[in-house]
This record gives sequence, C-alpha cells and structure tokens, in this order.
Amino acid sequence: MIYNIPYIAVVGLILIGLAAVIFKRNLIKIVIGITIIESGVNLFLITLAFRENSTAPIYHGTGSRLMSLPVPHALTLTSIVIGVAVLALMLTLIIHIYRHYKTLDVRKIGGDEE
Amino acid sequence: MMGMSKIVKTIASIAFPLSMIYGLYVIAHGHLTPGGGFQGGAIVASACAMILVAFGSVWTMGKIKEKHLSVLESLGALGFIGLAFFGLIYGINIFFNNFLVNQNVIPIFNEIGKGLANINTAGVLPLMNFAVGLKVIAGLFAIVLVMAYATRLSEGK
Amino acid sequence: MSDILNTLLYHSPALIVAVPLLGAFLTPLIGKINDKLRNIFAIVIVLITSFLVYLLVSDVFSNGIRTYVFGGSSPLVNNSFAVRILFEVDGLNAFMAIIASILAIAGVIYSWSFMKENTGLDKYYTLILLMIAGMFGMILTGDMFNFFVFLEITSIASCALIAFRTNQGSAVDAGFKYIVISSIGALFILFAIGILYSQYNALNMAVIANSISYGFLDKIALVLLISGLAMKAGIVPMHMWLPDAYGRAPSSVTLILIGTTQASLYGVLRVIFSIYGKHLTLPVKTIGDTNLSLSALIGIILISFALLTILIGVLMALKQNDFKKMIAFAAVGEIGYMLLAFGAAITSISTDPLTGSTILATHGEVALKGGIFHIINDALDVGLLFLVAGAIYYATKHSSLNKLGGLARNMKYTTIFFIIGLLAVAGIPPMNGYVSKLLIYQSTFQVNPILSIIAILCSILLLAVFVKVFHSAFLGPKLPKFKDVKEVPKSMILGMGIIACIIIFFGLFPNLILDNIIDPVARAIFDYSAYIGGVL
Repeated sequence: MIYNIPYIAVVGLILIGLAAVIFKRNLIKIVIGITIIESGVNLFLITLAFRENSTAPIYHGTGSRLMSLPVPHALTLTSIVIGVAVLALMLTLIIHIYRHYKTLDVRKIGGDEE
Repeated sequence: MMGMSKIVKTIASIAFPLSMIYGLYVIAHGHLTPGGGFQGGAIVASACAMILVAFGSVWTMGKIKEKHLSVLESLGALGFIGLAFFGLIYGINIFFNNFLVNQNVIPIFNEIGKGLANINTAGVLPLMNFAVGLKVIAGLFAIVLVMAYATRLSEGK
Repeated sequence: MSDILNTLLYHSPALIVAVPLLGAFLTPLIGKINDKLRNIFAIVIVLITSFLVYLLVSDVFSNGIRTYVFGGSSPLVNNSFAVRILFEVDGLNAFMAIIASILAIAGVIYSWSFMKENTGLDKYYTLILLMIAGMFGMILTGDMFNFFVFLEITSIASCALIAFRTNQGSAVDAGFKYIVISSIGALFILFAIGILYSQYNALNMAVIANSISYGFLDKIALVLLISGLAMKAGIVPMHMWLPDAYGRAPSSVTLILIGTTQASLYGVLRVIFSIYGKHLTLPVKTIGDTNLSLSALIGIILISFALLTILIGVLMALKQNDFKKMIAFAAVGEIGYMLLAFGAAITSISTDPLTGSTILATHGEVALKGGIFHIINDALDVGLLFLVAGAIYYATKHSSLNKLGGLARNMKYTTIFFIIGLLAVAGIPPMNGYVSKLLIYQSTFQVNPILSIIAILCSILLLAVFVKVFHSAFLGPKLPKFKDVKEVPKSMILGMGIIACIIIFFGLFPNLILDNIIDPVARAIFDYSAYIGGVL
C-alpha cells in the first residue's frame, strides 16, 4: 500500500492543476496551473521506473546491484526541457498582453479590432 | 532593472566562476554520472542570471549583445546536426551512428565497456553533450536577458 | 546517376526531417549576410524536401512498407527485442506527406512578398522551417514518444508564428489561447504513453499493436489519447482556439497550420486502426439482446461529435463580420465532415461469418475513401480561401466585411481564385469538393438517412455564406477609398495559382486519383498486420 501513495499524489496534482486552469481568472495563475499538471505527469513517469532495493542505473566498478529502469528517466528529462520552453513562451506572451491591454484579467482581453 | 549594492556585486563576482566550473563538469561527464547537455547548461545559465540580477540589465546589455548570443546558439545546434550527418558519411551508411567507437583512425576514442569510468569512452556522445550544452547556455541566457530588458523599458515609460 | 538516387531513396525518411532542421539552424547565420539570399535559401530547402518526398512516395506506392532505423542496422537487439527508434512509412504516411509538401511549397513562396514590410524576418523563416520539420516528423514516425516530441516542437513553433504581429493585441491573445489548450492536450498524450509503456515495456507502435490486450488501463489510455489528439485537431467542444488562431495569424502561416491540424487527425486514425486494431470487433456492451462491439461504440461517439462540429462550424460562420474568422469557422465544419466519414467507416467493421477475419462492409469502404480524399480536398480549398483573404488584406489593409466593396474591377486574378475556392468548398462540380462530398453522402445514407440530410443542408448553407461574402466584397459599386488598389505581386499569384491548378486537376480527373492513390491508402489503413510485419 505504501508504494501506491505516489500514484495518488499524481492524480491529486493533475486535478488541482486542471481546476486552476479552468476556474481562475488571472493569467499568471493559469500558467502556474499548467506547470502543476506537468509536474504531476513527470512524477508519474519517475514512479514507473522504481523497483524495490534498487540503485541508480549507472555502472560502478564494484559488483552489480539491482538497477531501476533507465528509459523513463530519459522520457522525464525530455518532458522537463519541453516544459521549460513552453513556460518561457507563455510568460513572454503575457508581457506583450500586459503592455497592450494594461490588465491581466482573462475576461477583459481579446475581442475584434475595428 | 537597477543593480544591487556593493556587497552583492562582490559576492556574485566570486561565486560566478565556481558555478561555471561546476556546470562545465556536469556537461563533460554526462556519459558517466547523472547529467549531460541540458542539466549542465541550465546550471551555467543560472549562474549568468545571477550576474544579471546583481549588476542590472543595462550594464549586462552593454557587455553582451543579443546578436552574439544568437550566433553562439546557431553554432551549437549546427554542431549537433553536423555530427549526426557525419555518421552518414563515415559510418556504415547509418544516420546518427556512433562512428568514433570501434575504429582505428583516431585511437583516442576507442575504449568501451563497463568498469572503465574514463572520460574518453562512449565515442561521439561527449561531443554531442558539448554542442547541446553550448546551445542551452546561449538560449536560456538570451531568454532571461531579453525579458529583463523588456520589463525595464515598460516600467521606465 | 541511379546509384545516387538509390542512396537518396534509402535515406529519405531521415533526410526529409533533417534537411529542414539544418536549414532552420543555418538561417540566422545566412540572414546576417543578406536578406534576399535568406529568402532564396528557404525556398531551395523546401524544394529539396519536396523532391525527396516525391522519391519516397513513388517507391512506397509501388513496393510496400519501408522502414528506416536510426543508429543501428536492424531494429532488433539480440534478434528479439525491438528497441531502436524507427520511421515506418506505409500508404497513409505517404499520403499525408504529399499534402504537407504541397502546403509547404505554396506557403513559403507566398510569404516572399507577403511579409516583405515586416521586421524580424530572420526569426520568421527559422520558425517556418522548424514548423515544417516538426510536421514531417509527426507524419513519418513509427515510435510513440517520438510522435509526442515532434508534436510539441510543432506547437511551440506555430504559437510563436501566430503571435507574430505583436502590435495587435488580439493576435498575441490568440497565440496564448492556442498554447494553453495545446500543451494540456500534449500532457494528456504523454500520460497515456506512460501507461502504455508500463504495461508492455515498449514505445514502438508496431510492438505495442502486437501485444496489446483490452484491460482497464488500456481503456483509460484510449480515452486519454483520443481526447488529447482531438484537442489539437479542433473538434467541438475543444475548438475555441481555432477561429482566433487561424484568423489572426499571417495567411502563409495559416496555410501550414492547416497541415499540422490534419496531422493530428492522422494521429487519431493511427491510434484507432493500427494500435487498437486487434480488438475492434470485441463485444463490449450489451443493450437488451444485442452486443455492441468496440468499433460500433467508437463509431457512434465519433459520429455524434462530428455532427456537433459540422452544425456549430456552419452556423457560427453565418454571423461573422470578419473575413478570415468566417473562413476559419468553415474550416471547423470541414473537419466535422472528415470525422463523419471516418466514424461511418469504423461503425461498419464486423467479422466475416465464413472466414472469421475482420472485414469492412461496402459502404464502409466508400466512406473511408471519401474521408481520405476529403482530407486533401479540404486542405487545398480552405488554404486557397485563406490565401485570397491574405491578398485582400495586403492590398487594402482592411479585413472586416463591412468596409470592403467593389474590388473585382481592380483585382481580377484574385476574384477568379476566390470563385474557384467558393465552388470547391461548397461541393459543386467540376471541382474536387464535389467528388469527396458525394462519396460521404452516399455512404452515410446507409448508416442513417438523417446524417446524410444534415450534411447536405450544411453544405448548402456554406454556399450561401460564401456567396454573400463574394457579393459584398467583390461586386458592387467602386468605393472612392479603394481607387488606386492594384493587383497583388507575382509571387503571391504564383502561390495561389499552384493550389488552384491542383484543385481543377483533381476535379476533372477524379478516377485517376481514386484508383492510383486513394485505393492503396484505404487498404493500407485497414491492414494493421502489415504494419506490424514491417518491424517484427
């Protein structure tokens, strides 16, 4: 049972993140919600790689022990890099929106010109 | 943004070379310990961001122009794709081949196998780590620099 | 000479993705030397990529599936364990690659003079080449996580291009909406890939398709995959980003954006037909006495979403005042038509009582062919209409229908292209829209007559919408403020002319296309065991 707690945390994080994206009105809070969802998915991928009494998947010179799976570590690393790029892009767009509309409320921006 | 007081500037100047050396260590040993291109590049970029916060964005923009960073970034990316294409020409016609392992022309890169934790194992991987690390340093530092300069312009009006 | 062609053909799946990537990284360096050199360099890179696509496609349609492995000579390690990243090209992949290369050539040639007065063109060409590389990678790959990475590359590059005109606040807002919905969809897809990897210890599409079973976790993975990909494809109720993003981006960017939306629709097809192909006839629900198989359940859900999409797309297009937003809502409706055809095809999968193998009923085959033909028709028709809207914006700097009028006297070529696009979207002979829509009406009539009636009515409504646009923008008295509006430059006419010629060619000789291209593709989609046999 104790090894199932990370999976419960994953579902909790994703639900909190989705609630933040759908129900909050400030643009920065929407961005924080997306970051929380992404942390939940990364935690899920790392938890899949765990085996009991295992160590990091790197060769030492002395003997051999049980190692955890190395493929999900690579998948998580790629996902973190993509998350950094998307976060930088979203924050730059928020700077432009604030300069144009002078507010960060999601209900007051947008609309047609002319 | 304005710079900070003299104490912060002095300590940042002392801590900056130490962080850079640690970041280069993480990039170079990516095939032996946890680390590699992106992780080491992020460490060096945060060291550069520390200099940006301590000295102010106007001073930093005067020292490093944004178009030099753009050239460095393109060189890093070209190094990565160039090494992939070399595998096509020098290897046995396979794209992304690890052509520096098991060959006799350049004997330095030839050792493989576990138990030997030397830095010249694993063929073409450390070179690709350096290329990716250069691109990540230039890219992340350019993002932080441009954001700081843009915020200064809008609050100065 | 044929030796060089053979080597190029052998390496073409990797080169189709690597050449635009190399071009995208070289563009900032070349842009510092000269501006015209950079434009010519971008067009040369796109032409080289299209030549490689032509080589690959002509080989796949005559010789069968082609597999390419990265970093090794065979996908198996120790002769049993398929672990390397590979690109697998069968009929459906080759067909989507043709569409992508036509849209890429037209887009880059059109943007030579359309974007001439903007600054920051270095970054524009880099991002367009990166978007083209990501789109080709998404289409050609045979590995699930590779698909996710190329999906994210394409969405980041296209978000930056949608928000290109940063002086207009609504363009930046459209880009922000696009990146929020797109990244939530991509995270759902990553979650489903994690679930599938934990069950079967493989990331390769063919290996997962070979050993998949239908337990509780696989149902969750199927639902997450289809919702994530539907968010990117603009199906109701996740379509909110599409009108803003298509309407506010520069027109050449919208053209290539249509290609990426249809690559996500290709992802839905690949998941349903190839990965879950073994279990499509499994009975999953019992209503009264009859057993509903998995294919019938998925088919009914897809058909209901498709009807909603068609209705909302066409009805919202009636009340728009902005030219490009109206065409964007029509594009939403057209995606509904494609999904309707695929839903009707999936519903008709059943087991042959004599031989025990899964077959497609006759009306299912016709629906599949209609849906596939409609993919390329919709890309060309809606693309041509967006290019015409861009030409009008370039000439008059207005995009609202209340302020245009009487343009047919000054812009003759643009008017002719708009008439061709209008007839093609509404499905009137002799354009290509007529052929694919006739196949869709014929096959959905057999499933349920009401679907066919709604589809025909919405087609007629689309015709009414665009005739109103034609009358108000092109006909009518000459307005004094448009006195010296000239015809658009030659490269824009060339870009529009390429697409218009292909539309007329498809409309006049449909049998040529249906027998040589669409028939092998329809057989290749349905045959998942050939897809598995390409790797194992």
